[in-house]
Amino acid sequence: MINKKVNNVQDALQGVESNMTFMLGGFGLCGIPENAISELVRLGVNNVTCISNNAGVDDFGLGLLLQHKQIKKMISSYVGENDEFERQMLSGELEVELTPQGTLAEKCKAAQAGFPAFYTPAGYGTEIAEGKETRDFNGKMYVLEHAYKADFAFVKAWKGDEAGNLVFKGTARNFNPCMCGAATITVAEVEELVSVGELDPNHIHVPGIFVQRIFRGEQYEKRIEQKTVRQRG
Amino acid sequence: MLDKNGIAKRIAKEVQDGYYVNLGIGIPTLVANFVRDDIEVEFQSENGVLGMGPFPFEGEEDADIINAGKQTITTLAGASFFDSATSFSMIRGQHVDLTILGAMEVAENGDIANWKIPGKMVKGMGGAMDLVASAENIIVAMMHTNKRGESKLLTACSLPLTGVGCVKKIVTNLAVMDVKDGAFHLLERAPGVTVEEIVAATAGTLIAEGEIPEMKL
Repeated sequence: MINKKVNNVQDALQGVESNMTFMLGGFGLCGIPENAISELVRLGVNNVTCISNNAGVDDFGLGLLLQHKQIKKMISSYVGENDEFERQMLSGELEVELTPQGTLAEKCKAAQAGFPAFYTPAGYGTEIAEGKETRDFNGKMYVLEHAYKADFAFVKAWKGDEAGNLVFKGTARNFNPCMCGAATITVAEVEELVSVGELDPNHIHVPGIFVQRIFRGEQYEKRIEQKTVRQRG
Repeated sequence: MLDKNGIAKRIAKEVQDGYYVNLGIGIPTLVANFVRDDIEVEFQSENGVLGMGPFPFEGEEDADIINAGKQTITTLAGASFFDSATSFSMIRGQHVDLTILGAMEVAENGDIANWKIPGKMVKGMGGAMDLVASAENIIVAMMHTNKRGESKLLTACSLPLTGVGCVKKIVTNLAVMDVKDGAFHLLERAPGVTVEEIVAATAGTLIAEGEIPEMKL
């Protein structure tokens, strides 16, 4: 067994510097690497590019990095829940690259799988395709999209073992598996870190080969963005 | 004239037994409330769940189980969770049978605009561009006119496009229309709405042939 365990978030983020590009898992606030984000704030690295489907809310998730003006550029599909984001974007402090959600997932996946680029129909005929190569396959038009390149991927799983194998829960899975192995170093944080042999190999969602460092997150707030319930009876 | 629930109710009649359906945010979400009980349908949410159920009871919500609108949800027996790339494989690979989404504008050639208004804060397209570029069966749910009373059914979209030539059917508060051969084809009128009113509210080419029936809800 190749041991990927590190003792804490500080060790997990060794080598993180300003001007780097990070991938961060999560959809809204669901399945985000809360502990890695807190540590990025503490380290004070700045001028970073973040590839993440969303940008958090004002006081949680990537919103924390925005608050401290650490982000130079956001690559996302939807950024609608963040006033500070809007302010920085409109003032020109923050560069934003909007990418269709499926394309964003696949650009991560391509980096993981060793594909330099791929064709997708998403965005053909729209401003997203401007300046990009397009091609006809079987009578339908496609846009060439390139794999991302990132220094660190920060992902969050439910359970993991010391070999870096990961298991996710519910829709907290989202972009996390796509980002594993898609950056130079993948850092996984988990709610429960177990010894090797405790996870059933049949139930592993991401094999440990895609993960360089794994640690148990100190705490998870798991904030709910839109609490919706129905009445009993 | 229909309200938002009325539009959802009419669209629900398009949902067939055995369909996998992706519902957008807004009116499309309401469609789930009106699908017949005697057919089997699974709702997909692009953040990674198939087999979505109703909202949870108070106290039973789980931060790890949400829909694409970031709302807490439940799952039904037979549901599955998956990653975002797999989710869009279902969409891009045309495994999802029906996509229902909202729009700001639709053009008579099937172009759709629903993600960006120049000069206003752009929130992003989310999964809309992937959905409209890939789905074979797209129904747009929207009001026939905007808040200023201007038609949303145009000769050509004025707003930045989400996708080209992709909308096949539109259900509005006034009418049901097919979009084909470069025109809107009027199929049904909303209760109490005349063909003349629909024509007046449609800026693009509208073809109304023969007797146009009132829709049955």
